[in-house]
This record gives sequence, structure tokens and C-alpha cells, in this order.
Amino acid sequence: MSTIAPESSHLDSLHFKDNAKLALADANLQKALAGMDDTFVAYRARAVERLPEFEALRDAAKAIKDHALANLDFYLQRFADKVEAGGGHVHWCVDADAARAAVLAICRRVGARTVTKGKTMIGEEIAINDHLQANGIEPVETDLGEYIIQLRHETPSHIIAPAIHLTVEQVGETFREAHQDLDPKRPLVDPGDMLTEARAKLRKRFLAADVGITGANFLIAETGSTVIVTNEGNGDLTQILPKMHIVIASIEKIVPTLADAATILRVLARSATGQEMSVYTTFSTGPRRPGDLDGPEEFHVVLLDNGRTALLGTEFESMLRCIRCGACLDHCPVYQKVGGHAYGWVYSGPMGAVLTPGLLGIEKATPLPGASTFCGRCESVCPMRIPLPNMLRHWREREFERHLTPARYRSGIALWSFFARRPRLYRLGAGLAARLLGALGGRRGAFRSLPLAGGWTAYRDMPAPQGRSFHQLWAARKR
Amino acid sequence: MSRERILGNIRQALKRSSPPDTVPLETRLSEAPTGPIPARGQLPRAQRIELFIEMAKRAVASVTRVPSTAEVPAAVAEFLARENLPARLKLAPDPALTGLPWERRPLIEVSTGASGGDDPVSLCHAEAGIAETGTLMLASGPKSPSTLNFLPESEIVLLPADRVVGGLEEAWSLLRSRLPAGEMPRTVNFITGPSRSADIGQKIQLGAHGPRRLHIIVVGE
Repeated sequence: MSTIAPESSHLDSLHFKDNAKLALADANLQKALAGMDDTFVAYRARAVERLPEFEALRDAAKAIKDHALANLDFYLQRFADKVEAGGGHVHWCVDADAARAAVLAICRRVGARTVTKGKTMIGEEIAINDHLQANGIEPVETDLGEYIIQLRHETPSHIIAPAIHLTVEQVGETFREAHQDLDPKRPLVDPGDMLTEARAKLRKRFLAADVGITGANFLIAETGSTVIVTNEGNGDLTQILPKMHIVIASIEKIVPTLADAATILRVLARSATGQEMSVYTTFSTGPRRPGDLDGPEEFHVVLLDNGRTALLGTEFESMLRCIRCGACLDHCPVYQKVGGHAYGWVYSGPMGAVLTPGLLGIEKATPLPGASTFCGRCESVCPMRIPLPNMLRHWREREFERHLTPARYRSGIALWSFFARRPRLYRLGAGLAARLLGALGGRRGAFRSLPLAGGWTAYRDMPAPQGRSFHQLWAARKR
Repeated sequence: MSRERILGNIRQALKRSSPPDTVPLETRLSEAPTGPIPARGQLPRAQRIELFIEMAKRAVASVTRVPSTAEVPAAVAEFLARENLPARLKLAPDPALTGLPWERRPLIEVSTGASGGDDPVSLCHAEAGIAETGTLMLASGPKSPSTLNFLPESEIVLLPADRVVGGLEEAWSLLRSRLPAGEMPRTVNFITGPSRSADIGQKIQLGAHGPRRLHIIVVGE
């Protein structure tokens, strides 16, 4: 029996609706998420505007990943051969349990006591921190956002901005509680002061760590290199200071060549944060060379499948093109209101709503494909042109076929299909309803509450029809 | 074995019983076709250097230009004074840096080697500068320890104007032209501005774990 999600990875996707309700009522969360249109969304738009070739680059990036996926076996083998030829080690892992065991075994062999970590979503997927801790090894998160949530015993709520769910004040309180050795009366209101405090705390941990674990944005078949893209520099200190560097990466991170990585890098940072390039893009190839003055003595790559090969060749295959930029989260009206934790597992937003059922099985994530208005904003900004709304629709179909859809939805759909198959009755009913609701909506043109639609009107007004149905308007316009 | 199981699953999913026809794949690997290169990554020399400087500044690096390497120590001294930094400099052990006329600046205390974490300022030598994005390329080796790019509070990088290229692809070509065929340094760092984080309140702060300041000295016309 394979384990995709270890118990300690806090799977709670089935409770999306309840989670979302709590999220909407959480004043801190709403305050923390409120600015996303002015930051991530605006920054991306400006970066795209500055690069006329952006759309052509999206096409090229998509084609590279499609090619890599169509020949995944070849490129993975080449990558592994290159790593080994350069003195590194590759650990092929079918599922989370295998990857946890591999990482632990490597750490134990060198008697590791503390392990520094760069930000890695694969690390979250396999819940590596809990596993190391349970075995007496202390994992230290070094990305600022990850450090904050580790202190709070929380999980990341965004794939590139893990602590986006927290306000500045909450971070201040967290630091005051965690850093008891510092003056309790020091001011902690300025994010810059908090960053300086975390920097000093973590500097000692970097220098003392026995092993450094990072993820990878790309694996390069041509050279056997792994690539990380960061802004802080923590991922670099994590890998060049300890004796050993362990990279944990999933198999779809592979690209054929350095030139291919260059093309995808041109869309990655611009989509993620609106930067031309992230501050640090680092290519790591094997252990340190004879004569090198620093760098790890051992280099290990843990290659993880964890359900991905089961998506190949299916209608969900293009999800494997995802480069984890986070643009679909930033632009999603649902994510912007409920945040990442509501999705209940590692991945959130539109990409999470597609990938979570893909990796765990739809029965463990039934509500997620419903967490979308199908507005299409995610697909319009996805640098890899992943048809996210379409795939959410596929999941909804599968849910329906497997009778996983709740009874109320099913009877609603049955009612709709009854009328849809009887066009005259449909037109009559729709026309009457539009006139009735139009009249009831009155001058305001909207309802504050409506029977059977409390789920909608609890959070926003329901716009009233204008008195005529779509069919009637269409017929009028044709004339 | 896990390796065979994963590869087998892939082949089954792709509906192939064996590895793919490797000839076109080998060709693609060796030819390594490039994607679309933005027009701004294909400028003539003078404009290219100007664009590099503009983009690096936009990424919050500071940049000065000097006509020859002999002027580098003075440019370093000026940067240290302007930023009110200690006159203590850790050089990468590269003759192109250690051979500079430091004796003309006796007040700067110069040492060489990797960083142990207590160097306020480092001076490194770039392999290339990328105009498209204002990015520096630095590669690890006996003459250039990577720790100098991350542990000091401030980093100064010497970039010969000859090494300013258009895009990432050209930077790789330049690096490879100086290495034995097929060799990759352990670490290749592409650096665009000083370290930063927006993890607290979505507000960008400089100096997260790496240098708070990145100063680039472009040498030559």
C-alpha cells in the first residue's frame, strides 16, 4: 500500500466548505490577504507589460515541458546518470514513505543533529519535518515565511509566500514569544526589524547545520544540475555550508537543457513576483570539486513520484507542466478570500484544486473542484498555459460519475437537466422567474437575502435579473 | 527496484513498451536549441552595457563604471565610505582581484578566502553580466568560493565590460568557453540585486539572509 500523504501532512481537504466559512470570518486572515491585487497581481501585470515577447515565451515554455513529459523516462535516466557521473547520488522514491526513509537514512549516516531547510513543497508533501523530528533530528526552516510558520506550528498557505495568511502584528507576536532571550520591550512593528531579528537567529543555525535540504525548481538532464530560485539567499546558505546537500524533487521538474531552463526562467519570476529574475537562481551540480574552498562534500537527489506517473497520459497530464509560480493562487477570487489553509493540504488555489485530487484521489478531495467560479483568470495568467478550469470540470464529472457529489447538488443538477431537455418548458420557467425576480429586486436590482440561496447572500448580494431571460434578450437582439 | 518501477510506470502511461527513439532526443540535447530571446537581450555592445546597468539598478543594485582595473580599489574605497561600511574586505582568491593595486589604499584591510560568516564586505569576480535582466553570473571554483556571495552584509562584484552579454544563454556559452568540455562548476549563481523578502505583510525588505547591498563595478569601455 503506497502512502502519498503521510498522516502528519494534515490532510483536511474534505472539509473545504467549513474551512472556508471559518476563513471568511477570520479578521486577521482577511486583513492579511486584502492586498494581493496591489502586490502580486499588479507586479505581474507590470512585468508582462515590459516584455513584448512574454506570450511567445509562454508558448515556448509550454512546448518544452510537453516534450519533457512525453520523454520523461529518457530525460530522468539521463539526469540520474549525469548526477552519478559527477559524484552525486540519486534515490528513486515511489511514494512519500520511501522518500522520508531515504532522507532519514542519509541524515543518520552522517549523525546529523540539525538540518537546515530551504523552502520545498515536496518537503511538505512528504511531511519530512515531522519525520525527522520524530527521529531525533531537528529541522530548521530558513525561508523567512517558513521560519515564521514553523514557530507557529502551521503549514504554508501559499506555494511561494508561505506566511501570507499572517498580518505584520501576528508575526511580531510570534517573534516576541519565540525569541525570549531578547529584550521583551523591544519594538516589533516594522517588518524590517523583524527580518533583522530572524536573520540573526538563523545565521547561527546555518553555520551549525549538519545537512541542508532544498527543493528544486528544475532538474537539468543535460548536466545533472538541480536549480533553485529564491529571493532571500537562504536556499544557498542551506546548501553550501553543511557537509551534505540533499535535494528533494518530484520527477516532473525535469527539463532537457540549460537553454530550456533559460526559457522557462523568463516566465517564472515574472509570473511569480513580477521580478525580471528572482534575486538568486542557483545551479548545483554534484559535490564540491577538488580545490573548492566551500560547498557540500556530498550531493544527494531524492527523486519522488508520489502519484505523478498516474497522471501521465490522462486528461490531467498538463498539470505536470506546473512550475509552481503561484500566479493562479494570486489571481483566484476564491483563494483571495479563503486563503490556502482552507484547501486542506499542501497545494491550494486552482492548481491545488486540480493537483490534490490528482495525487490523493478525488474521494479525499471532493469539495476542491467546486472551489471555483470558472472565471478563467487562473488559465489566463498561467505561464505554462495549463487549462485549469477545464481540468476542474473533468474532476466534477468524475465526482458525479462516482456518486461523490452531495445529494443536494445532484438533485439540483437533475432538476436543471429535466428542464434543459424540455426547451419550451425551460423558456417558460426561465422567463417567468426572470420577470418575478426582476420585479422583486426592485430599484436596488439586488437581493440581500433569498430563500434557498443563503450560501450566496450570506457574503454578498445576489444581483436580480433585469426582467427578461437570456433567451428573450437573444431573440430580441437577433431581430 | 524503485528506479525500474517509476520508469516502467512512465512507459506504461505513455503507452510505450520500451525507451523512446533516442536519436532525436540525443540530437536535441547536443544542439540545445534556444527559445525566443527578447529583443532587449540582443542589443549592440554600448546599449547592452547601458541596459545592464539600468536593469541592475532597477533590481536595487548600485553600479559604478571605471575605465580600467587600476581604478577598482578607489571605487571600492568610495563605496565603503559612502555606505559607511568597515574598511575590511574579503577577496575571492582570484589573481584578477588580489593583483589589484591595494597598496594605494592602505586603510582597507584586505584578506582572501572563503567566508566564515564574519566578513562585512566581499569582493568577487563575475563570469558574466546579463543585460536583459541586470543579472550577474558567478561560478564556484578554487578562485571563487560561493560563501562570499551570501554570508557578508555587503557584496561588491567586479564585472569586466567585455563580459556583459545579452541573455542567459550567452552567459552559459561564455562560461563554457573557459571550462574544459562538459564541465560544470559545483555552484553557478545568477544574482539579480541584493537579498530580499516580502514574507512579512507582503512588504519588500532588503537583506533577508544574503547581502543587504550589492555593488557592481563595471570595468572598461
